[in-house]
Amino acid sequence: MAAPRRSRKGTLVAAISTIVACIAVAAVVGSSAAWPEVQHAFFNGERFANALPSVWGAFAINVQLFVFAELLILPIGLLIALARSVQAPALAPLRLFAMVYVDFFRGVPSILVIYLLGFGVPALQIPGLPKDPFFWALVTLVLIYSAYVSEVYRAGLESIHPSQERAARALGLSRIQSLRHVVIPQAFRRVIPPLLNDFIGLQKDTALVSILGVVDAFRRAQILKAADFNFTPLMTTAVIFLVITFPMTRFVDWLAARDRAAQLGEQR
Amino acid sequence: MAKRRATPVIEFRGMRKSYGSATVLHGIDLALAEHEVVCLIGASGSGKSTLLRCADLLEPIDAGSILLDGIPVSAEDRDADVKRRALGIVFQGFNLFPHMSVVENVALAPRVALGLSHDEADGRARTLLAQLGLAKKADAYPDSLSGGQQQRVAIARALATEPRVLLLDEITSALDPVLVAEVLETLRALAKSGMTMLIATHEMSFAADVADRVAYLEGGKLVEIGSAKQVLRKPKDARTKEFLRRVRSR
Repeated sequence: MAAPRRSRKGTLVAAISTIVACIAVAAVVGSSAAWPEVQHAFFNGERFANALPSVWGAFAINVQLFVFAELLILPIGLLIALARSVQAPALAPLRLFAMVYVDFFRGVPSILVIYLLGFGVPALQIPGLPKDPFFWALVTLVLIYSAYVSEVYRAGLESIHPSQERAARALGLSRIQSLRHVVIPQAFRRVIPPLLNDFIGLQKDTALVSILGVVDAFRRAQILKAADFNFTPLMTTAVIFLVITFPMTRFVDWLAARDRAAQLGEQR
Repeated sequence: MAKRRATPVIEFRGMRKSYGSATVLHGIDLALAEHEVVCLIGASGSGKSTLLRCADLLEPIDAGSILLDGIPVSAEDRDADVKRRALGIVFQGFNLFPHMSVVENVALAPRVALGLSHDEADGRARTLLAQLGLAKKADAYPDSLSGGQQQRVAIARALATEPRVLLLDEITSALDPVLVAEVLETLRALAKSGMTMLIATHEMSFAADVADRVAYLEGGKLVEIGSAKQVLRKPKDARTKEFLRRVRSR
């Protein structure tokens, strides 16, 4: 009985301290002499409502981008992770390539990659290569996030105890069959939370497509802003991104908490 | 008891194994006839587990040879995966696949390695589980089973490819004493059914009961090998005597 009461009291204390903190921030910000102008420029209710339909419409581009990207990244990231873990000496170049690939795309800022691919490649005017900026934005995101995701997969694959693969091999399964039926299914379960975490980052990075002139939610907001120098449409974009990513962030936290509970259960 | 046949099911000739500069097996010579049960005894670190892993072609050996039904086999063969199907091994730590149900654990190798249809593999797995008294647990997941049940599932899994010989690596060492009996009972039944087995064990009374021959391993060498009665009751080698004295005074 003591525990729930303490936690109810804890909730109350947490609620009060949160309210006090919010009031303090509001008091500091509101006491600024320039607050009314800032409020007008960034948090204008009427402009927010006006911007919402067109920004929401443009957000479809962002959704398409991250859905296509995620579908491509899931298998490509896994292939790169597997390429990094090949043991056969003859396949050493494959391992090296995967390593260089991951190091490169994790190390270079996304914005540079999208400039290089989005402006540089079409400028080569090689026949047959698409010029569609959406395509090159997609390629950029897939290249960069496959590198991140492959590291997530690799950590997951390495977290599966070698005795599992040994047991599968002992049954007469080949290495590939062991990976396919025993190691990867277990690793995949473990990496879902960090995988979704990377996808949240990816969803936000879809705004990079605006650099190539594609009118996504962010670009649409900029266009609206340029009409009267009011920044509120950008806030509209921010709210839309939050609405999309918030359930996913909560879901990831919930999954992580569930896994922690399951692990504690195992250690009984 | 040992029925002498022309060709042993499995035979080791001068088998040597080193890890780096440490030699773990110094030339092992041992042959198991069909239906024969041989128990390997010896202290921890004497090389029992390494011997079994090498026998299962999970570890390449450095010298000597392994013959399966008279045919030389090696962990480095291109078709070692295929050869491994004729060898069943059960580990001390069960190593069941936690993401699969019991019946899926047992049916995996028949389906994937032997290429049986899903239904055939499932049927074979359920038959085996029923034989080992685990029919009711077929659709449970390993973590809901007791250690003894898990180890019996591991035995069923190893039997699912219908191996010529079963290798057992101290399979009761990780179990509560109360659970040891059910696993040993399973092994007794297997021995009775004619399964050829090489069993590393610390259970001396079990070895006396089930083994045709007992081999004592020390420092990677087979010090003494003979009938179970002879080795366990009247050991010839001083080292075997000393080992048995220490085990029994525990």
